[in-house]
Amino acid sequence: MSVVDERAARSAGGPGDADASGRGAAFASPVGGEALTIVEPLIFEHSRPGRRAVRFPAPSEAARAAAEGEPPLPPSVKRAEAPRLPEVSELDLLRHFNRLSQLNIAIETAFYPLGSCTMKYNPKVNEWAARLTGFTDSHPLDPEALAQGSLELQWLLAELLREISGFAAVSLQPAAGAHGELTGMLMARAYHRSTGEGEQRTKVLVPDSSHGTNPATATMVGYTTVTIPSNERGGINLEALRAALGPDVAALMITNPSTLGIFEDQIDQVIAAVKEAGAIAYMDGANLNAIMGRFRPGEAGFDVMHFNLHKTFSTPHGGGGPGSGPVGVSERLLPFLPRPMPVLLAGDPAEVRRNAWAGRATDGARFGLDWDRPHSIGKVRSMFGNFGMHLRAYAYIRANGGDGLREVSDDAVLAANYLRVRLADAYDLPYDRICKHEVVFSGRRQKRQHGVTTLDLAKAILDHGIHPPTIYFPLIVEEALMIEPTETESLETLDRFVDVMHQLARTAAEDPGALRAAPVTTPVGRLDEAGAARRPDLRHRFDEPAVAVSTSAG
Amino acid sequence: MAYTPHTDPDRAAMLAAIGVASVDDLFADIPERVRAGEWDLPAPMAEQEVRAELSRLASANRIPQVSFLGYGAYRHLVPSVVSEVVGRAEFSTAYTPYQPEVSQGTLQSIYEFQSLICELTGMEVATASHYDGATATAEAALMACRLTRRDRVAVSAAVHPEVRRVLATYCSGPGIEIVEIAVDLAQDASGQTDPAAAAAALDTSVACLIAQQPNAFGVLEPMAELGGAAHAVGAQFVAVVEPTSLAVLQAPADYGADIVAAEGQPLGIPMAFGGPWVGLMAARMGSVRQMPGRLVGATRDAAGRKGYVLTLQAREQHIRREKAASNICTNQALCALAATAYLTAVGPAGLREVAELGMTQARHAVTALRRAGLAERRFSGPYASEVAVTLPDARRRHAALAEQGIVAGAPLGRDYPELDDTLLLAATELTTDADVERLVSALAASR
Repeated sequence: MSVVDERAARSAGGPGDADASGRGAAFASPVGGEALTIVEPLIFEHSRPGRRAVRFPAPSEAARAAAEGEPPLPPSVKRAEAPRLPEVSELDLLRHFNRLSQLNIAIETAFYPLGSCTMKYNPKVNEWAARLTGFTDSHPLDPEALAQGSLELQWLLAELLREISGFAAVSLQPAAGAHGELTGMLMARAYHRSTGEGEQRTKVLVPDSSHGTNPATATMVGYTTVTIPSNERGGINLEALRAALGPDVAALMITNPSTLGIFEDQIDQVIAAVKEAGAIAYMDGANLNAIMGRFRPGEAGFDVMHFNLHKTFSTPHGGGGPGSGPVGVSERLLPFLPRPMPVLLAGDPAEVRRNAWAGRATDGARFGLDWDRPHSIGKVRSMFGNFGMHLRAYAYIRANGGDGLREVSDDAVLAANYLRVRLADAYDLPYDRICKHEVVFSGRRQKRQHGVTTLDLAKAILDHGIHPPTIYFPLIVEEALMIEPTETESLETLDRFVDVMHQLARTAAEDPGALRAAPVTTPVGRLDEAGAARRPDLRHRFDEPAVAVSTSAG
Repeated sequence: MAYTPHTDPDRAAMLAAIGVASVDDLFADIPERVRAGEWDLPAPMAEQEVRAELSRLASANRIPQVSFLGYGAYRHLVPSVVSEVVGRAEFSTAYTPYQPEVSQGTLQSIYEFQSLICELTGMEVATASHYDGATATAEAALMACRLTRRDRVAVSAAVHPEVRRVLATYCSGPGIEIVEIAVDLAQDASGQTDPAAAAAALDTSVACLIAQQPNAFGVLEPMAELGGAAHAVGAQFVAVVEPTSLAVLQAPADYGADIVAAEGQPLGIPMAFGGPWVGLMAARMGSVRQMPGRLVGATRDAAGRKGYVLTLQAREQHIRREKAASNICTNQALCALAATAYLTAVGPAGLREVAELGMTQARHAVTALRRAGLAERRFSGPYASEVAVTLPDARRRHAALAEQGIVAGAPLGRDYPELDDTLLLAATELTTDADVERLVSALAASR
């Protein structure tokens, strides 16, 4: 009996498994080889009245006495019942979250070829830097003289991103890729308003292969979306694009390389057509990891692009965030950038860069924030963005240097093409051409011939300790399997993945029922998502009543 | 170069398998005339050099010895266990839990987070997180517009200026008009939003009224009356709150809030020059289908085992595209985990102590300044742990103290010209008696 079979047998009902209530026997099942089968109760279920972790000192007599001279809180604003927060010891807290963590697959535990998300290694030195108290304890509203390090770092990072992308300037304020899109499209609209064409330009064009965030962003900016079909080679249909362009079009939002992992080989003509029509050329930079050193969107003529620091520049994805979505712009959008912008107030920019690249401060250099930007779209986020991500991205770029970043993209593309070639015998490849950082297969053969869906394949991949690729996206590929290996996976890991995918293709033909039953080694099996949406259970319900707040002061 | 594992023989093997001679061939589809020119980027660095460079920048920040600066970001204890939890790579290096069977750790922790935020606010449903409090507030306003099918938003001038700036940017997208409700800023005024003024500004074209508790001047608002004014015209009442204060202040649900938005930074998240922080949003269940952002729900597998999934995704961009409730995708999940671990670490007693210690030290500071004849409270309304004080020559003296590594709160004059002589002082559980003494003596010396 294989390990997989053995676990499957056990999950069908054996000691240490879920009881009738559905609550797992967390304590009956020792940590170790069984780690992934442990079910951990909610933190509320560990709670016992009076237990606690962190303690705070009592206020001094002096403080208390002085405070008595001031009015306390009026009863009308005070809370009646204390919030039922958990009451646990530090050790209980750690065990709970450590156990929860063991229920996850993550980059540091397994291969994670989730297409479009660039799940590369997140270097530890970046985390070391993010914990320096000079950064963590820096208040964003501290006087600028006290925050010169944070401001210099932001200025330097913007300079580096500018050079990588070929844009005129970069704002670091947006908190995520979609937030960068919103920022970029607000700037596009501000630009059209500044030329008197704000009213007439109401449409945004998006290819049918685009990320869902693109049309959602267009709506948030008040635009209507027009979808442009792809051509038979997976690129944008240039004729359809030209036909759709006109005096009512505000912008084209295009992902390049596309979500099919394909570089738009007519990109120069696409940009020219958009600009000729007076529209803004927006590039979704989610896939920048494929093209560093090979294609600079700003230099090629794009007006605006968002970066995803959590993809290309290795900041951790955090289970869904934080990300960071800086935006680069061309000269004509420069006046509309969010405010404030970190600026060099005193000093020669070339000298400051030169010194910083050599690891040196520049005497007399002074950094600040430029709020005086009358045409700015305003602020898109409080303060100055996800600074903690900025500093990690800065550390990453400095570690790699220009040569390293080029090699990052080269190796990412090499790995994706290797998987493309190695898996082409087992799975359909709707667009069989050189790809960039990711390759999109179709599971349609397995579905038609054996009744095994891409969802079945993905769940079966889980049983091999690998995170599945992105599935059912892009929407234009039937039963899509979008695989992005990234540059940080070794050839052995790639080969093992190839073996697993080949094995699954064989199993699909020989024993399709086994795939439809997957996964069998995970802490839970396929979950009832329809039921979750029909009867939303979005919070814990307490058995115990709330108790009155017992304030000692105020 | 720094982090790729490939040896030259590996690369050669892959190129051979692909059937190309060099990696350049894999980029042959980039049109010749738009290929990248040379770039001017620095040379690679070894780890010790990266550390030296980041240390150089970190130490170029001067962290104040004494600080009473709050005004939207607060210096709190981040318990060691919280840092430990968010440092777990199984949490930090996972992504959005699209595959629930291997993401139960992240999903359950988000469910716990949603539960905690509901418990703090008294609301029925909370989202998985937003970028920050300001964007959460802006999204709450857009949500109110969808719920009421109205296109005007009323906001008190005593809502933090950063929040109002972001609100203005978000509303400029769909062309939503913002009505600002003025607040009397005169010396010894209450510092509160006047419910009568709010009522006068509201009519049936207004989707929501936004008020903040405590407000941007630290003053406690008459939230129930403001909520009543909003409800009288069928508008939603959006409450912007500070989460640690909810240990002692009335839960927003109890004063009639329909949507709650908050900056979660005080819950165990470092200030870190402005982020990453976490936006909180909570509402009533009847509004859930218009909520932006991710939600986690409990469900079961075929064997009856309890598990958690992303749910009600028909609101979201990856399903609904241009008809989505918002474009938000990546949120601030790891910061939400920090908040979950924080609220667990401090518990109900600890959170109350955090709120009360801040309130005590704020009162201590005000009393000490008054006794020394240095400053008076600006407003007469009740306050919690942040308080506005008036003193002559405030801006110059603030700058003079900063030179000595003492940050005497936030000068309010930049955002409110009428408050040019006003400093907003914030106290937390980390504020000591010695800090109060240093503030008083330094201000005395700056006269």
